[in-house]
Amino acid sequence: MDLSRRDALAVLAATGAVGVAGATALGDGRDDVDTADPPVPDDTLATLVAVAETVYPDTAESVEPFVETYVAGRLDGDSDYRDGVVATAADLDATARDWFDTPLTDLDRSTRDRLLRDLAVDIADPAPDGNLSARTRFYLVNELLYAFYASPTGGRLVGIENPIGYPGGIESYRRAHMEEQDEDG
Amino acid sequence: MADDRSPSPRADVCVVGAGPAGAIVAARLAEADYDVVVLDAGPRFDLEDREAQLDAHIRPGVESEAAKTPREGVEGLWGMGSERDAYTSSGPQGYPLNAARVKGVGGSTLHWQGMVMRLHERDFELHTRHGVGTDWPIEYADLRPYYAEAEHELGVAGADDNPFAPPREEPFPLPAFPPSHSDSIFAEACEALELPMHSVPNARNSEPHDGASACVGYGTCKPVCPSGAKYTAERHVARAEAAGARVVDRAPVQRLEHGTGGERVEAAVYATPDRTEHRQEARAVVLACGGVENVRLLLLSASDAHPDGLANASGLVGRYFMDHCFAGVGGRVDRPTRQNHVGFNTSECHALYDGTDPLPGVKLEFLNYAGPSPVIQALRADDWGDSLLGDLRESYGTHLAVGALVEQFPRAENRITLDRSTTDDHGNPVPDVRWSVGSQTRAAIERANEVQRAILQELDAEIDWVVGPDATGPAFHHMGTTRMGTDPESSVVDPNCRAHDCDNLWIAGSSVFPTGGAMNPTLTIAALSCRLADRLDDWL
Repeated sequence: MDLSRRDALAVLAATGAVGVAGATALGDGRDDVDTADPPVPDDTLATLVAVAETVYPDTAESVEPFVETYVAGRLDGDSDYRDGVVATAADLDATARDWFDTPLTDLDRSTRDRLLRDLAVDIADPAPDGNLSARTRFYLVNELLYAFYASPTGGRLVGIENPIGYPGGIESYRRAHMEEQDEDG
Repeated sequence: MADDRSPSPRADVCVVGAGPAGAIVAARLAEADYDVVVLDAGPRFDLEDREAQLDAHIRPGVESEAAKTPREGVEGLWGMGSERDAYTSSGPQGYPLNAARVKGVGGSTLHWQGMVMRLHERDFELHTRHGVGTDWPIEYADLRPYYAEAEHELGVAGADDNPFAPPREEPFPLPAFPPSHSDSIFAEACEALELPMHSVPNARNSEPHDGASACVGYGTCKPVCPSGAKYTAERHVARAEAAGARVVDRAPVQRLEHGTGGERVEAAVYATPDRTEHRQEARAVVLACGGVENVRLLLLSASDAHPDGLANASGLVGRYFMDHCFAGVGGRVDRPTRQNHVGFNTSECHALYDGTDPLPGVKLEFLNYAGPSPVIQALRADDWGDSLLGDLRESYGTHLAVGALVEQFPRAENRITLDRSTTDDHGNPVPDVRWSVGSQTRAAIERANEVQRAILQELDAEIDWVVGPDATGPAFHHMGTTRMGTDPESSVVDPNCRAHDCDNLWIAGSSVFPTGGAMNPTLTIAALSCRLADRLDDWL
């Protein structure tokens, strides 16, 4: 299951982070969305991709460009949120280095998974001002799960191409089956 | 000017409450060139925040702008639950009042689902036909033209395909939303059981209308529509303001003051955020703040001339509180049901409404949102990766549910009073809700469950939940507490919705309903507001 930049833009448009017109105009092949803020730091992005590869299903492919596009749009223009994501990613990476003497991005998937569970991120109540577990759940894991399962492509894996939160129109609820996916989407 | 909360020097009409009941009256009278002032206890909610509210609805840990206001107790997207909204619930069945209403410009239409059907003819003559409840002092025929106006006011999408609906001549302003895939599954069973299905009239744009988008399928109608396709009373507030009305938010009315002798209200006394009080004088006052706060304000306005509360010579202000009770059955079938694409229903059935088995009205609803939403479940799961995907696949895809609204007949012991032991943020006694489900309603819920089970059994569904008489809850429709009638001893307002005991006091909204049927009340609220505006125009 191939994620695309278009999937990321679709979710961003739904949350108002990118205008719908912008999402339409920006297709695959764009390196990033137009942003007013500086680019997301590379190490933050790398940590987010590493977390995404842990919490997304095995079948998810092209995770990196999907996360890059989503995060760039999501953090643009919201400095408090951006600061929260950057700080939490740094703290999580510091924990990986502390526990395993290795950056999070260099850990294999099962070790990253164990790190998150040992931090109790799986059972933490997401909170932007909580401890590292709560912040990781809020800023990293849930942000990435939202991007995935509120997108038509992520939704399709479960059987719904127009998930709640995604303005996918008023045709899909009438269909008996999921429509075939666009070749470019 | 937007922050000027001082009273207008001259007003023809002061409307208390900017929900649909008050906003429609305000818009119509302002457009008829009257000077109108609207006072609302709650704030204006910025339309630009609706996508952020969607975010707060879906994602745990995200707070809406309203909840960020530093006020204790606030829950949900619309800022309800602080000391401002304190209440007690002393009846046999608890009543979650603050989940049931929104204070602010737009009122409870900000979080409503938007189903808008007419009452049936039997609802206006329940006592004559069946010897229960009471008759309305007006007939369906009296309200019929106003129903048509109300459907235009709310931009109703519907189809004239309901064999049980009362007579109508005019088409709906917008085409109905077509049936869902799950409706087609239900149709097989309903045909076998001789339960005709028909469309749901929705106050939701099936195509662009009234300057607002068509529905784009966010799927979160309740509690928030980010696209603006769902009607909220903000549309009528905007119309009222465009016609010159003043709408003052965060201006809770504390009491109504009358002149010598008590025959006329002189002013609405309201507080502003700086805690000063002001008097808005007007030639007429329209009370439109819901079936609970209408009562509280009348009771808070007691005086020597009106010792039991304003307009309460009958002693009935607050009595006969009614809601609609939910009944439902849900289960799973062995085929895709395609739920949670949209947040509204497209088919229902009124076959159980007009007969005597059961006697209370029952409206069946075929849900388009049975079972969990994958994205909402994912954000609350204690797992991720392939394991989460497996759980979501197991949870989603084959749910079906049939809901129902069930009528409560008016009972004097169900009532709103003042709890003088508890006060709000201005020191006023809070409303106490005493609510219970009567035996006839309990029996009707059981009957609804029988039919709902039969539908699912016809589909070979595995039934996994039932909401019956012991688990039922209110549908958040507050009706009956300032009932309409011709006799001042047995009603609070006259057939024109003017108080019997106060010449220039008018009451809009579902508190004037003598009986409530089992239809969602807002279309009838809107129709009565259109009618009230006409009558008040004549009176002025």
